[in-house]
Amino acid sequence: MIEASLVAGPRLDASRIRLVLLDSGGANLGSVQAAFARLGVEAAVTDDAQRIRAATHVILPGVGAAGPAMARLRANGLDRLIPTLTQPLMGICVGMQLLFEHSAEGDTGCLGLLPGRVERLPESPGLRVPHMGWNRLEAASPEAAAHPLMDGLDGRHAYFVHSFACHGDANALATCAHGAPFTAIAARGHVMGAQCHPERSAATGARLLANFLSL
Amino acid sequence: MLARRIVPCLDVRDGQVVKGLRFRDHVVMGGIEELALRYRDEGADELVFYDITASPEGRRVDRGWVERVARIIDIPFCVAGGIRSVEDARAVLNAGADKVSINSPALERPGLIDELAGAFGVQCVVVGVDSLKDEDGEWRVRQYTGDPAKTKAPGRRTLDWVREVQDRGAGEIVLNCMGSDGAKSGFDLEQLAAVRAACRVPLVASGGAGTIAHFIEVFRVADVDAALAASVFHSGSVPIPELKSRLRAAGIEVRHE
Repeated sequence: MIEASLVAGPRLDASRIRLVLLDSGGANLGSVQAAFARLGVEAAVTDDAQRIRAATHVILPGVGAAGPAMARLRANGLDRLIPTLTQPLMGICVGMQLLFEHSAEGDTGCLGLLPGRVERLPESPGLRVPHMGWNRLEAASPEAAAHPLMDGLDGRHAYFVHSFACHGDANALATCAHGAPFTAIAARGHVMGAQCHPERSAATGARLLANFLSL
Repeated sequence: MLARRIVPCLDVRDGQVVKGLRFRDHVVMGGIEELALRYRDEGADELVFYDITASPEGRRVDRGWVERVARIIDIPFCVAGGIRSVEDARAVLNAGADKVSINSPALERPGLIDELAGAFGVQCVVVGVDSLKDEDGEWRVRQYTGDPAKTKAPGRRTLDWVREVQDRGAGEIVLNCMGSDGAKSGFDLEQLAAVRAACRVPLVASGGAGTIAHFIEVFRVADVDAALAASVFHSGSVPIPELKSRLRAAGIEVRHE
């Protein structure tokens, strides 16, 4: 609660939030959990369907490759559960990529909750892949800038580390330039995604997570 | 546009942050968590923790402080030293580190780079390269540089090694120019520019930072993605907020809150 007010984000009532992190096998689960703890919100890691359905907010984290992450979701049945959820759901990094239809990484069929395909970032002299470091979030349109998930984020730096992304996505709220602009933050109804790592994006990341919890 | 990163390096020895001149005569700079928080608050973009004794002594990184750092800071950090296997790396990544950096063990067994990239993705595999110019004018790598008594020169040319580690799956390279390390007379621009030309992944410059002007020139001349330093940050002689505002004034994209 104290930290949330420090980043000038929404006031959160932690007692009303029941947040779960879906277990996609990524190594950043603990870091995402700690980021919410800094906001005063406890996040349980689970693959239990009942617990996930009862949550007010659901996070799909992810680090590593799309193929193994999708295989993990299939193995624990989350690939069938996730499309039936109606509460705010946000994928982070590879977790976001899994929300699209397909990823070129390992030619992986994904969840299809966001229209679009995830492709490898183009590489050229001066344009290094992985895209690693802090880059600026740019609102995709005035309407996108007004989305509550984007509150206070336009123009701020977030931390990225990835080699794949979706380009030309109609649901992009923010894009980011590394060669051609790619989708940095997306929302389609209750389904949202962040290609950056909010858990490692200092005050910008805390604000994004607080905005999500305020939905 | 991707911002250039400022990366303080915290050399860790026996649970504390230390610094020595040209890798020798280490003095204690402070506690790990205390310094991690200080640099996060000053606007560091990323932190590297180097367990400088783990590799020469054959020890593993202690998970305890990695977990504590992961909980308290909200910027990325990398752990180096003593990672010899996929299991070693998994322990450090699961403890909350964002990347692992390998150096001497990669020279012992280059296949380790392929294994780490396969298990965790190239984005969390950093290869550290300690490099020194030999009398014949060729840059060659050094091994076990954490302990001067154990430092070896395996004979590999630095540029060959840089190409090989990328082919094997290094997602980032930290080039530590040992000839300039600790001397505070500037980064080794000639060597960094040569490595930059051979490097298609992010490149981090290390060794020689003394003044703000040195950071400006390393980004301008050697086109590195990040600049790493230790003592100028520990001593406060290069304050990070001032460094970043001077970089911005020089037209170099940096992150600011």
